[in-house]
Amino acid sequence: MTTAMSNKWDAGQLRLSSGRRRSDTRMRWVFTAAGVTTLLITLLIIYTLFKDAWSFFWNVPKADLWTIGWFPRRGMYDIKTLFVGTLMVTGVAMLIAVPLGLGVAVYLAEFARPRVRKFLKPIIEVLAGIPSVVIGYFAISFINPNVITWLVGGANKAFNIASAGAAVGILTIPIIASVTEDALRAVPMSLREASFGLGARRVPTTFRVVLPASISGVVAALILGVSRAIGETMVVAIAAGAVGGGLFSTDLFQPGQTMTAAMAALGFGSDQVAGDGLAFQSLFFIGFLLFMMTLVLNVLGDRLVRKVREEY
Amino acid sequence: MALATPASHGATTAASLTTQLTGAKRDIRGRAVEAVLLATLALSLLILVALVVNLVQRSWPVLSGRLGDFLSSGLDASNATEAGVWQAIRGTLTLAVIVAIVAFPLGIACAVFLEEYAGKSFFARLIRINVRNLAGVPSIVYGILGLTIFVKFADGITGGRTVISGGLALAVLVLPVVIITASEALRAVPQSIREGAYGVGATKWETVRSHVLPSAAPGILTGTVLALSRAAGEAAPLLLVGGITGLLRTGDQGLWEQITKGGFTSMPVAIFSYARQTGADFQAVTGAASLILLILVILINALAIWLRNRFEKQW
Repeated sequence: MTTAMSNKWDAGQLRLSSGRRRSDTRMRWVFTAAGVTTLLITLLIIYTLFKDAWSFFWNVPKADLWTIGWFPRRGMYDIKTLFVGTLMVTGVAMLIAVPLGLGVAVYLAEFARPRVRKFLKPIIEVLAGIPSVVIGYFAISFINPNVITWLVGGANKAFNIASAGAAVGILTIPIIASVTEDALRAVPMSLREASFGLGARRVPTTFRVVLPASISGVVAALILGVSRAIGETMVVAIAAGAVGGGLFSTDLFQPGQTMTAAMAALGFGSDQVAGDGLAFQSLFFIGFLLFMMTLVLNVLGDRLVRKVREEY
Repeated sequence: MALATPASHGATTAASLTTQLTGAKRDIRGRAVEAVLLATLALSLLILVALVVNLVQRSWPVLSGRLGDFLSSGLDASNATEAGVWQAIRGTLTLAVIVAIVAFPLGIACAVFLEEYAGKSFFARLIRINVRNLAGVPSIVYGILGLTIFVKFADGITGGRTVISGGLALAVLVLPVVIITASEALRAVPQSIREGAYGVGATKWETVRSHVLPSAAPGILTGTVLALSRAAGEAAPLLLVGGITGLLRTGDQGLWEQITKGGFTSMPVAIFSYARQTGADFQAVTGAASLILLILVILINALAIWLRNRFEKQW
């Protein structure tokens, strides 16, 4: 650099060498392309689902969508069987996950000492990391023989909706707990201090001040929990029975079929439906419905989570 | 302090103050509520304990009787005494490598775009919303994507129902996890680090490469490890993409031929396959495979937590 010596400045000397400029521009494009790829994935998902779902919907005899059960290989695509199955599994799951998830979150955020929290939180996170097939096996090897059989006195089948739902509930606990805990911790300390200052104890402060203040976060936790429960596949495929198809049933203690389990059954092994037949296309139809349901729930949950963060 | 008591008043302790303020009433309701909350936590932990104890108990015949044989036998869902997991373990490792090769660079690049380049533009907001939604898409839907795009459409590249298609489907599945955790790590890097680099004349890319990415590396690494653990436990997409569930014959295919042409399975797919069989023999086999997968996943998670604690920076 001889600039200082010659005492002659010009802007050209600050300009980048062409090599550095080119690599900077090139990398900008690389990173932008990576961002665009994620949009492309969403579009591909929607396109692949919609194309065959559309064709299924126009080609299937409408009477076949409302029959006695879900037997895709015999041309019976009873949608209500899958909807009711999904609803029952989700209901049982929420029965377990809502009280436990909320309880754990409130305890960790409002009652536990920092040291206790630091010790317990990773353990709850372990629960979140358990693969769903392992939970599915837990459902048939422990929950059903030991808990459900004891509850209903043996009126249950080896594979049933109740044990699958309970296991899905276990998978949902960590999601509800972590979203709720984040929401509770987002409530500023000053609100609690004001409540304590007025003489309220810990419990009224928690339930009348902190929880109402973070209510949209708690609702978000429940919505995201429901979305996760609806989308869970492997637990239901293992524990709910009715692999090839199932009759319409509202009995919690009988085998049942959910949207996700029906999709898994259409896709694998012995039940594999090849080619472009209607049965194969029903996979895309169910997938499209499932995608739309979880999308709506996720967008809603996401909005509410953001709302809590913006409020404080 | 206003409440400080002169010595003449005698000893006023925190306890006696509490008594004066609460009228000596015990907070029974409060205690009861706290006990209920503690019970929910205890029950959640109890479920975890029951799960592990049940797994060990059920799998004991296999663990004590034929562990070596179990680890070295292939997938066979018709004969419990021949069933094993070595093909499944190899499949899971191969899948993990493919996920790492595809999802990590792509995910980190997308995070860099979002945090360093895109700013607050409409386009950036759109991608952020999109990534968050992708994270919530049920895993089976990624199976449909894998089946249509990787198995059928890109048949010539992936070889159809091979481990490559499976790995790509899992890579797309964990991509949002990588992006979200890498974004958080990048966001935690203080602005002064970037300004320091710009101050000495570095370009954007030079700043990112030599300052921002190294500073965010521990956080990014933790996220990628967590994504791997998610991929290792996932079965649903693989069922649609063609993971083998019954009997997998690998014969004398070489490793490369196996990857590009042959069928594949993975630990979760094998567990699903064994769980569908009845009888105590298969219960033990399923339990043993589940225990191995659980240990694997917990080890990966522990690695992530250790990395986070070891390299976490306080700015």
